Amino acid sequence: MSEDVLSFEEAMERFDPVLGFEVHVELNTNTKMFDAAPNTFGDEPNTNITPVSLGLPGVLPVVNGKAVESAIKLGLALNCSIAEKCHFARKNYFYPDTPKNFQTSQYDEPIAFDGQLELELEDGTPFTIEIERAHMEEDAGKLTHVGGATGRIQGAAYSLVDYNRSGVPLIEIVTKPIVGAGSRAPELARVYVAAIREIVKNLGISDARMERGNVRCDANVSLMPKGTTEFGTRSETKNVNSLRAVERAVRFEIQRHAAVLSAGEKIVQETRHWHEDTRSTTSGRPKSDADDYRYFPEPDLVPVVTTEAWIEELRAQLPEPPAQRRKRLKAEWGYSDEEFRDVVNAGVMDEIEQTIATGASPAVARKWWMGEIARLAKQAEVEIVDLPVTPAHVVEVNALIDEGKINDKLAKKVIGFVVEGEGSPSEIVEARGLAVVSDDGALTAAVDDAMAQMPDVVEKIKGGKVQAVGALIGPVMKATRGQADAGRVRQIILEKLGVQG
Amino acid sequence: MSERIVELSAADLAAKLASGDVSSVDAVNAHFEQIDATEGQAVDSADPHKGTDGLNAFLHRNREEALQVAQDVDQARANGEQLHELAGVPIAVKDLIVTKGQPTTAASRMLEGWMSPYDGTVTKKLRAAKMPILGKTNLDEFAMGSSTEHSAYGPTRNPWDLNRIPGGSGGGSAAAVSAFQAPLALGTDTGGSIRQPAAVTGTVGVKPTYGSVSRYGVIAMASSLDQVGPCSRTVLDSALLHEVVAGHDPQDSTSLNDPVGSFAAAARQGAEDGGLKGLRVGVVKQLTGDGFQTGVQQRFNEAVELLQSAGAEVVEVETPNFEYALGAYYLIMSSEVSSNLAKYDGVRFGLRVVPEGNPTIERVMGASRAAGFGDEVKRRIILGTYALSAGYYDAYYGSAQQVRTLVQRDFNAAFEKVDVLISPTAPTTAFKIGGVDESADPMQMYLNDIATIPTNLAGIPAISLPGGLAPEDGLPVGIQFMAPAREDARVYRAGAGLERLLNEKWGGPVWSSRGDVATTVRDFAAGAALGGK
Repeated sequence: MSEDVLSFEEAMERFDPVLGFEVHVELNTNTKMFDAAPNTFGDEPNTNITPVSLGLPGVLPVVNGKAVESAIKLGLALNCSIAEKCHFARKNYFYPDTPKNFQTSQYDEPIAFDGQLELELEDGTPFTIEIERAHMEEDAGKLTHVGGATGRIQGAAYSLVDYNRSGVPLIEIVTKPIVGAGSRAPELARVYVAAIREIVKNLGISDARMERGNVRCDANVSLMPKGTTEFGTRSETKNVNSLRAVERAVRFEIQRHAAVLSAGEKIVQETRHWHEDTRSTTSGRPKSDADDYRYFPEPDLVPVVTTEAWIEELRAQLPEPPAQRRKRLKAEWGYSDEEFRDVVNAGVMDEIEQTIATGASPAVARKWWMGEIARLAKQAEVEIVDLPVTPAHVVEVNALIDEGKINDKLAKKVIGFVVEGEGSPSEIVEARGLAVVSDDGALTAAVDDAMAQMPDVVEKIKGGKVQAVGALIGPVMKATRGQADAGRVRQIILEKLGVQG
Repeated sequence: MSERIVELSAADLAAKLASGDVSSVDAVNAHFEQIDATEGQAVDSADPHKGTDGLNAFLHRNREEALQVAQDVDQARANGEQLHELAGVPIAVKDLIVTKGQPTTAASRMLEGWMSPYDGTVTKKLRAAKMPILGKTNLDEFAMGSSTEHSAYGPTRNPWDLNRIPGGSGGGSAAAVSAFQAPLALGTDTGGSIRQPAAVTGTVGVKPTYGSVSRYGVIAMASSLDQVGPCSRTVLDSALLHEVVAGHDPQDSTSLNDPVGSFAAAARQGAEDGGLKGLRVGVVKQLTGDGFQTGVQQRFNEAVELLQSAGAEVVEVETPNFEYALGAYYLIMSSEVSSNLAKYDGVRFGLRVVPEGNPTIERVMGASRAAGFGDEVKRRIILGTYALSAGYYDAYYGSAQQVRTLVQRDFNAAFEKVDVLISPTAPTTAFKIGGVDESADPMQMYLNDIATIPTNLAGIPAISLPGGLAPEDGLPVGIQFMAPAREDARVYRAGAGLERLLNEKWGGPVWSSRGDVATTVRDFAAGAALGGK
């Protein structure tokens, strides 16, 4: 089989891509989906387990009510219909990461179905994704293959199983086939997964950290020759675990499919593995629609029944949808498209909102978060939100400027010290003696010195060239090590010379 | 003295414990004496899979712990503490129910030596009531069978005739209660595993309403059919034990939220003079006649006449869809079995067989399951896997579920006319060990459950009680009452009423005519040692 790729541009000339996504969201409930074991990440292997997590003889599952609420909320956020009654089903297959050798999932009766999600591509182009379903299921344990070169099962001497993740609540969101994205398909893939991540984070139902596998995307790609409408054979690229990877994987698969089809060969329906290092996919196991999981209704669980009142109660708890919120904030703050996009991309919308809510103007908030704080983050090679600067700090710094206690230049230094953990801005100003010199006596002496050293400048000002005053302010600032209030210095000079400013 | 203690009903023993006539330690010791005198010796001391030359009702004897509990009860009673009515009354537990501190095998090689790290909910309830657990009783492997011949640890023998089966799957619990090894036992009933053994051992067994008793900690065979229930020698005793183990369990989603019924009160009421007056009893036409042994049918007819004479209104009812119940049962049960038993793969617990050559996970799982499961278990896993397969699901599992609904409708229609239904529990008395050639025709064995299966499909309660001995072979016959879901009290009322009438008719309980079991076992073992059968 050919693993060549066609250039993306050439692929786009000949084919239209069809996408489909299955995104798994791990919920942040306290306990597992069917089990009282804790749902926490990163603990010692096989410590967050009970007899139920291990599938010991005699155990029974019990549905986590909180997880059902999370699923309903997500369904509502995706504009889905919510099932009045739905069953769990058993998906039977033997694999050691699944202690019962079946996964308890939902099959023909998902809790949420027939939704849609409005997206905006980077340039603001709208795109609607149709959601087929969102269903509840449990995560598998984690296998670690030891002894092989690649960390994969092939060539491994043995494998270790950690059942801490076994039974963690998952919601799987399945889209309907997505057509019409054209050359923007890779971008759309990233934007879609980013939107899901943002929604579940906003709902508070998942930690939504892709690097921990809280949000995992399986991307289906197929191509159809331009001008045709019949879908081609698809490949399913598994567990693409960053937004960038989602975009690249879709792009790669489009190029690979195009090369295979252009060579007159057929696409094999299979799962593919994404490799970040080579930025390519390799063949996984063949997959067909006839994979026989022998689904049947889970006899150990009673159906989940929802009532209108319950759904409405949950609907009332939904936070403002992220897209709607962005539109509102942009209008309220009066930022330009570009300014607002930068804010969103920098991930500081929440910070700016809080900064404004705490008393700063939108312009001031943006100036600090997108200016000095962003610079410090870049310098430290971390995300802005990971710096220990809070909206309260920014407001405090700004108040110190307004009160004339510090100037802009000092304020930047203060923020730097906040980042270094020296305390609040006021504490830092106090401890480091950074307040501007506004004592007229000290300033007047410095001004007199400056005027004595530069009589020519003094003459110019007297002659009406008021703008020359800057040449005197410089030395005064130098003499006071930058702590002088420049406005006040100017005022003193003009007063001394009897000139109107 | 000790012989008399073991012949006491649980209710009578409880009264003697309460009055101080008997101590719990005495009671436990007396029962272990009987167990030791009747269990027999290992046929091959090097191989536990060959069973014993006696009853072989127990797979594990829990002597130390049982005596400790008994001592605690005696001490508590001496201190004047308030105790549960059955505190100190010993009990045997089917080895399908997990018990901390004792092995749980499901009578399978797959779980040989496995110790559960947790207690089942019913086990906890027994402990809370301070009932000493004598040990774990034998069964068909994973409760699959009607004879206890499918145990990986040798068959249990019927105390009425050691060459015969004690029924199954709960043959161990029924034989233990029948042979005075225990006054009470817990069983599980998926298609008749409590009631059919009760019928062929001359004891009482109850399958409660589905959800009446928690299944948490009960090794699953078929989740939608399994139910834990009591085994005893009297109807009242089963009612008392049912009250101990019943109740909602947050760890079992399918357990009912109802308050526990007053089963003992219903049993006492049924046994009163006139307790059956006006009770509307429906004879299930489809569960009589063809296929039922002559003596079974005869005793059944006599029981119905007795009920009539005591003032019950007897009518015949039709349940046309019962014809399909057995087929539907074997599809649903085996489908659930195929999934429930998938967890036994040698990875986390139980038997692990590592085959020669490259031990991949598939090969280890395959070899472990090949070695760990017996033929009947494999037969059902294969059948269920097939029934759930894509392309066959609708034809098999799907239509079986439809039949299930039709069977439920038959019951609903019948219960509009009558309070309880009655039938023989099993079509025959106990057959000979090895008497059914299953490799040629497994259906022959499955037909034993023809009268018990419909209640499991419908989730309704049913009792089996002794109806006397079949004239042709002198072996016990079982009579079954069935009632609507959540009306378990009715089967106790009807059962206790009929029990009283029959005891009056025969001049005592069914076992009073039987020879001493310990002597029978001794003679049998001696005969076996001489090379006889």
